[in-house]
Amino acid sequence: MSKQINVALIGNPNTGKTSVFNALTGLNQKVGNYPGITVDKKQGVCKLARGFKAHIIDLPGTYSLNASSIDENVVIELLLNKNDKDFPDIAVVVTDVENLKRNLLIFTQIKDLEIPTLLVINMADRMSKKGISLDIDVLEKELNTKIALVSTRKNQGIDNLKELITSYKSIPAKPCLNTTDIDISYFENLQKAFPSQLLYKLWLVITQDVNFGKTSRQEIDAVAPDSYRDFKTKSNTDLKRLQQKETIKRYQFINNVLKKGQTIDLSQATDLRIKLDRILTHKVWGYIIFFIVLFLMFQAVYDWATYPTDLIDESFASLSDWVKNTLPPGAFTNLLSDGIIAGIGGIMVFIPPISFLFLFIALLEESGYMSRVVFLMDRVMRRFGLSGKSVVPLISGNACAVPAVMAARNIENWKERLITILVTPFTTCSARLPVYVIIIALVIPEGSFLGMSYKALTLMGLYIIGFVAAIASAYILNKILKIKSKSYFVIEMPSYKVPLFKNVALTVIEKTKTFILEAGKIILAISIVLWVLASYGPGDDFKNAESIVKTENPSISETELEDKIASYKLENSYIGIIGKTIEPVIKPLGYDWKIGIGLVTSFAAREVFVGTLATIYSVGSAGEKEDEDTIKNKMAAEVYPDGSKVFTLATGISLLLFYAFAMQCMSTLAIVKRETNSWKWPIIQLFSMTTIAYVVALIAFQFLK
Amino acid sequence: MQDTLADLKRGEKGIITDVSSSEIPLKLLEMGCLPGNEVELVQVAHYADPVYLNISGSHLAIRKETAGHILIEKVTNE
Repeated sequence: MSKQINVALIGNPNTGKTSVFNALTGLNQKVGNYPGITVDKKQGVCKLARGFKAHIIDLPGTYSLNASSIDENVVIELLLNKNDKDFPDIAVVVTDVENLKRNLLIFTQIKDLEIPTLLVINMADRMSKKGISLDIDVLEKELNTKIALVSTRKNQGIDNLKELITSYKSIPAKPCLNTTDIDISYFENLQKAFPSQLLYKLWLVITQDVNFGKTSRQEIDAVAPDSYRDFKTKSNTDLKRLQQKETIKRYQFINNVLKKGQTIDLSQATDLRIKLDRILTHKVWGYIIFFIVLFLMFQAVYDWATYPTDLIDESFASLSDWVKNTLPPGAFTNLLSDGIIAGIGGIMVFIPPISFLFLFIALLEESGYMSRVVFLMDRVMRRFGLSGKSVVPLISGNACAVPAVMAARNIENWKERLITILVTPFTTCSARLPVYVIIIALVIPEGSFLGMSYKALTLMGLYIIGFVAAIASAYILNKILKIKSKSYFVIEMPSYKVPLFKNVALTVIEKTKTFILEAGKIILAISIVLWVLASYGPGDDFKNAESIVKTENPSISETELEDKIASYKLENSYIGIIGKTIEPVIKPLGYDWKIGIGLVTSFAAREVFVGTLATIYSVGSAGEKEDEDTIKNKMAAEVYPDGSKVFTLATGISLLLFYAFAMQCMSTLAIVKRETNSWKWPIIQLFSMTTIAYVVALIAFQFLK
Repeated sequence: MQDTLADLKRGEKGIITDVSSSEIPLKLLEMGCLPGNEVELVQVAHYADPVYLNISGSHLAIRKETAGHILIEKVTNE
């Protein structure tokens, strides 16, 4: 007998489903992908009594089994496919005690699939505050299930829930109501056509695509042979009408059940939500508060994150130096210290800013405030062809465009969603941050204006430029794109909650880890390739570097000679040749061939820029200086042959602007391809953004030089 | 002409009478926007759009355009 129980956690958004998941699995969880689609698949393991083990999947939040997005569709795909290795032995439906009525809708649907279904009523600690009392016995009987009253906030009821999961075989698997009388003859015929199939399953398959937009439709796989789908004796309009009837019917049942098993004493109820929303969604105060929150967020990312970032940068510089001085000199030591450690250092500096940003976003989402922002911004955003829900991608885009583009899935209207996807990469993702930080530190002078340093102001300016670029291009796209799609917009305004530390911490750790690992892989690979390309070269110029330099400079000191040889070698290495080849194109922007190499490698991922320069400058210096050198110091010391500085104000500003506009991220292009189902959009993005970047950087340099 | 949700002002209440228009997404019904339910207009954003509703305890926001398809009967506060 197998002692593993497959558990599927299902529920509406904002019911604390993920808190239940975290309470059950703790750190025993991992996030992956469902095959072929980019929906996060969260699974975990929980030890139960009597040697049982639960394998738990936290399915995407959904209001019903009538999916309207690929995230929601994952739930149906799993529940309809008995052969899936994750097919649940027991479905656990998580509900919020305050929204029991609405949360029970999906419960009645899953019961119709004849899967053993357990009901979790979460946030039980709020019952007294809301004047709610429940008769669990009556509810269990009426709903034909077992109920676990849980409070993840107070850590109550979890053991009872585990016990109920262990005894999953005693949980009823029969429906609790019959909805087929909404159209008796239709359902009778349907059953006759497929006598061996469960009626509700047939109905779900037939209606599966009714609520989908045209693009999402292509992404969903048919869970059943086409023959089911062909049994469509009704038009979509009629099917939709039947779904409406079904929903009403289910609610009638739920209302009756709750009349018997739930009493709400409104005089006992306090509603913080309404009081807070009078201010937080107010026509004037709401916007002011939102901008203060945003301001605090960016201030924090710049101010608080710079200390750990500097620390990490310096530690890696000393590590690289230590390796060089400790290991025997040779090709491998150079690869390790100049290539790999410098490259990894380039990515580690991301951890502080990106985790701060993920922290803020998690707090906004967990507290329920994000929905208010969506509400406030919808009308304003619509002017630019966006939706209020575009705010979430545009804010998350400041951490990373990849999850941000995915977050656009919540937008119901296809045109609004497409425009959001196309403009999100303009927002200042954290991959730009190390580039910005290092160039700002190099070229922007000390001094302050109205209490903010010039450096902080420049950074803020770049964030604003990114945001304005996104909004402005959305406005243009809205005028150009001729797409007709039905516009609707629904968002829940959940009650406010103090974010749970565990939830926030796990989100931040998970997202930061994924980001660092993904980006880390690319950076590591590129640093190694770069180092090889920089350490070898074709032809005699590279091989005979030493003698050539010696004959050209017969009377210079030992160290100067070594530096000269090293840079001569770099110039004639493979990478040097690549850099020199593109130099004419980038010269008008104020860049030399070394920066050019940084630009080339940046097209894989822009965060590579700093690491690339670190590698190039490490290879380019003789590498035997005793003092540890940070990347910044190396860049500051870089000069043209005539002795003038490479990183002047004009070059710096030009570089900053180039990075602000250019599309330099393979991962984003790949995700845009996935989300739009075509190469057309990512290619348009790549060319238009990069052209804008070139032109703007050109103008800036020519004006400032 | 019958009143719709778009005719409510801040703080006003009504009873939903009909949601059968094809302009109303199924999701809205699933979230509790059903005939017979009481609805209160809690808050409006800039230009009175979107509108923030409390439908028998279900708090949600929709655009004014959609609200205009939901028929209601106003409840007058005595």
